[in-house]
Amino acid sequence: MPCSYENSRLLGILFYAHPSPDLRQLFFKIPHFSSLLPPPLPFIPHLASVSKAAPVEPKAAPFAKLLEPLLLLAPAGVWLALLLVIPTLLIFELSLVPDIKPGDVVNPSGLDNYWLILQPDVLRVIGRSLFFAAGTTALCLLMGFPVAYWVAIMAAKRWRNLLLLGFILPLWTSSLLRSYAWISILRPTGVLNTLLASLGLPPSDLLYRASAVFIGMTYSLLPYMVLILYASLEKLDRRLLEAAADLGASPRQAFWQVTVPQTLPGIAAGTILVFITGLGDFVNPELLGGNANRTAARLIYNQFLGATPNWGFGSALSMMLVLVVSVAIALLIKYGDQNPKSS
Amino acid sequence: MFSRISWQSLFSLLIFGFMYLPILVLGVYSVNQSPNSAQWSGFTLDWYIKFFNDSRILSALSDSLTVAFCAVGISAVVGTLMAVGLARYQFPGKNLYQGTAYLPMIIPDIAIAVATLVFLAVIAVPLSLWTIVAAHGVFCLSYVAFVVSTRLVNLNPHLEEAALDLGATPYQALVRVLLPELMPAIVSGCLLAFVLSMDDFLISSFTAGGGATTLPIEIFSRIRTSVRPDINALSIVLMLVSGGAAVLAEVIRDRSEKKRFR
Repeated sequence: MPCSYENSRLLGILFYAHPSPDLRQLFFKIPHFSSLLPPPLPFIPHLASVSKAAPVEPKAAPFAKLLEPLLLLAPAGVWLALLLVIPTLLIFELSLVPDIKPGDVVNPSGLDNYWLILQPDVLRVIGRSLFFAAGTTALCLLMGFPVAYWVAIMAAKRWRNLLLLGFILPLWTSSLLRSYAWISILRPTGVLNTLLASLGLPPSDLLYRASAVFIGMTYSLLPYMVLILYASLEKLDRRLLEAAADLGASPRQAFWQVTVPQTLPGIAAGTILVFITGLGDFVNPELLGGNANRTAARLIYNQFLGATPNWGFGSALSMMLVLVVSVAIALLIKYGDQNPKSS
Repeated sequence: MFSRISWQSLFSLLIFGFMYLPILVLGVYSVNQSPNSAQWSGFTLDWYIKFFNDSRILSALSDSLTVAFCAVGISAVVGTLMAVGLARYQFPGKNLYQGTAYLPMIIPDIAIAVATLVFLAVIAVPLSLWTIVAAHGVFCLSYVAFVVSTRLVNLNPHLEEAALDLGATPYQALVRVLLPELMPAIVSGCLLAFVLSMDDFLISSFTAGGGATTLPIEIFSRIRTSVRPDINALSIVLMLVSGGAAVLAEVIRDRSEKKRFR
């Protein structure tokens, strides 16, 4: 199936950068890159006003002044309150209860669960998650920038949409099956080793190691990075590059002093979004990393569905994950687009 | 310019290869006779036949389809209403409402999954197929509403006013004027939500309980233990189906765009 859900917070971006003229025009009309993001989390109140859709003036029908808004907004509101807001508050409450198991009476009594996070074992898992997320982000940036640059600036104009589409297409497969494909490539008797053997080279042993996780995660997230960078690079004013060349800049200088600064908002957006998505990834570390490479998502999973559940600790971990993600998003909204250019 | 090939284009070609390598491997393996090795040992369609006769896979598929159709169906209606409501009204707490509505697109699945599990445990609802539907409805709702709201932003607000001025009731204005304008966005939002629902592993596995097994849960439990050639066949079938859905969505969108701008 298409784009996996764990990658999906990037889909807002994907939609704006979708290779279709009207959606892309919309993308360029929006002055702030931050408005491309889903709205910020509600518990960062001063950021809550960032994403304002242009309000359509209400055309007040005489009789339905209150009924109409209720009809439109109440069903979704009830659903969200029941299955998103109350559960999240419950998790927060549970995170304050040490040593709770299913069925116990909830009696919030302190931050003990949060202190448990400071155990060396747990910190190692969290550090590993951060390492995977950061490494994947760096790889995506390194691999994605040349591709985005080539598609946006060097490729013939009429091929651009097709090239982009071709790049996104592999996302239309199930995230599990993508990892599975990498298993069959990387496993000891897999494609890679068969190829190496036929070339007379020594076999590689990548599966169930960090390198396999990096390959899988980079594979999953690279298309998003390329899309975001492409959107940013396509906005680049070519005349600036020509001017730089006329004034005697070498291509290298023009790249570092014109192209990169101009696309910095895109780089920031891509970096942070790939990072937070990688941080919450479950499937790739689980299937490609094996037992030695468990990440934070797996640790939380174990606290609920594992052999020795500890709901309070799991809730504390989950709250921490949400916190890190919200801080990253807040940073992006704050610094992602310092000086929106108005043309 | 044309005579020399830049390193960027070579590099991009390489990355394209990287993106398509796994799919190619799945495709080749799915018609390979040998079940376990990477060696090519002849063409066969046995894995496809085996896959279509595998009752556990088929029942997982039907569970997944049930969940996806129900969750998407509900969120198509509720999400569109919400997007229209949010675009139309100003009210206290609107930012909070809006922020909450798009929350599932930001926070990691695992956080949503555990929260839903705890909530269901607290209110003592037994886990079943329908708890998966309810949980999937939340993120489907976000995506449908998000896609619809991007369309609402560049819609002409005067169309509906004109309809009202010409004597249409608010209901008529909604159904006969606004809805057709929004239809492409609703369709593509639904397709996206459908696809995400079919692919979701974490939220399903936390809300499924013992009775229901969706396709990702079944696939996960199989590929975790071993490499199995019938999974290759399954991958290719799923890929063709979702590729077809993608093309269909693109055609629907394209056609309605042409109609709109004529």
